[in-house]
Amino acid sequence: MAIDSRWDFRGKSNMNPVGIEHKLALNKYEVDREAHIRLKEEICRQCQRRSCLYVCPAECYKLREGKVSYNHEGCLECGSCQISCGEGAIEWSYPRGGFGISFEYG
Amino acid sequence: MKEKFDAIVVGAGPAGCAAAYTLAKAGLEVLLVERGKFAGAKNMTGGVLYGPVLNTLFPDFWKDAPVERHISRQVITFLSERASLSIDFNSADFDTPPYNGFTVLRAKFDRWFAQKAEQAGAVVITRIRVDDLLWDKQQVVGIAAGGDEILASVVIAADGVNSLLAQKAGLRRRLSPEDVNQGVKEVIKLPRETIEGRFNLSGDSGVAIQFLGFCTKGVHGGGFLYTNKESLSLGVVVQLEALIKNSLKSIELLEGFKAHPTVKELVKGGTTVEYSAHLVPAAGWRMMPRLYTDGLLVAGDAAALVLATGRALEGMNFALASGVAAAETVKRAKEKGDFGKETLSYYEKLLAESFVLQDLKRFKRASQFLAIQRIYSTYPDLACSLAERIFRVDGNPKKNIWRLMREEMKGRVSLWQLIRDGISGGRAI
Repeated sequence: MAIDSRWDFRGKSNMNPVGIEHKLALNKYEVDREAHIRLKEEICRQCQRRSCLYVCPAECYKLREGKVSYNHEGCLECGSCQISCGEGAIEWSYPRGGFGISFEYG
Repeated sequence: MKEKFDAIVVGAGPAGCAAAYTLAKAGLEVLLVERGKFAGAKNMTGGVLYGPVLNTLFPDFWKDAPVERHISRQVITFLSERASLSIDFNSADFDTPPYNGFTVLRAKFDRWFAQKAEQAGAVVITRIRVDDLLWDKQQVVGIAAGGDEILASVVIAADGVNSLLAQKAGLRRRLSPEDVNQGVKEVIKLPRETIEGRFNLSGDSGVAIQFLGFCTKGVHGGGFLYTNKESLSLGVVVQLEALIKNSLKSIELLEGFKAHPTVKELVKGGTTVEYSAHLVPAAGWRMMPRLYTDGLLVAGDAAALVLATGRALEGMNFALASGVAAAETVKRAKEKGDFGKETLSYYEKLLAESFVLQDLKRFKRASQFLAIQRIYSTYPDLACSLAERIFRVDGNPKKNIWRLMREEMKGRVSLWQLIRDGISGGRAI
């Protein structure tokens, strides 16, 4: 999947990071090409609530042309999306060992 | 690597490190597995590390461990949109050893703790995600990770709030949005002198501020600000269900919180260096899984051992206590040569005898009390507007405090309701 420009947060750090892409750009990631998030589209399509759009603190889920799409690269690995998706459309696991977010402060 | 360990501990947070350290020190063969690049890489906290359990493992640990500041000032601040009212507790006793609590940055702290376990003789491997448990009939006999299988007499699942292992072992149901709170946090760099001047601190003393009200737009949750040596930890924690129900984003709450007139001054001139998020298993007793089965023990956040009463948020101390209790149970099981669930039930007995289960049980009604919306909206607003009426001089004749209070309460909450909430709060927390 090509990276949407709205998600491309690399190199966007600044002193007062208001937008999510600026915040995520502060963090260290070892991005895995293998996504640790999977979306079951046929279930997702029927969902009206779409809580994933606002519970994800990294805004990994976006609405595009009426459909939810996701990007796993900025994931903070909190697990909120899977717990919130009452429909069970989100399959979420931890990224493979060594990959994903790496906090320097925490 | 060894063919079979006495114990495999999954997750190098406080629970896992405490378990691995205690077992290694007793001479058992123990493997500590961590999925992050290093221990602590996946962890963050929005809480305070209270000292008693860690101090029994490492007497005077604050001299050696990378803690940030000891908490000598504890503040509760009610926020309305444009004002704040604080209860500010400052204690010379909290400012002297053994201290009460500490601020920590987990990427540093957990790394130190895992090193301690390693020095005691534990084998520590990082960058390894545990994919599954290995079973022999009803008994857990090891782990599967990255295509490898590693055997052990017992596995301790200290794999955090999302504990995939406790779920896979069938000890826990799926988590629900009412069970957990979502915390988001920024670490904001400031010079040491600025922090000490701004917060009235000296040396390594620090402050913990809990906020209630505007920081969560009046929904179930709160804000926090902790001083570290050369940074502040600022964040909001909101029940996941409250985010869903009110279509709120934590990140927007955090921005609103940072822009509040009171908070803005506290973080002024700082540079954000990290943004993190994590879940807190806040429902405690109500969401607690079964704590053990044949060959498996569950500790720390994985077992939902967090005390969230609003009065305190205590997770790391509980995690440490449960890690030690799990290790003591395994030591005993090794002596008996039996790792079945009857032997491992000693774990629950130990926890029931300690503050861990006693606190969780005593405060099990706290989550009902904390579901009262007025705590997050009506009362912080009322406190601030009443304070404003009391302190304002506007040239009109003044009224006494009782009269002002009745006027401010009008249309917001009845006296009867206020008294009832006060009593149930006093009992629940």
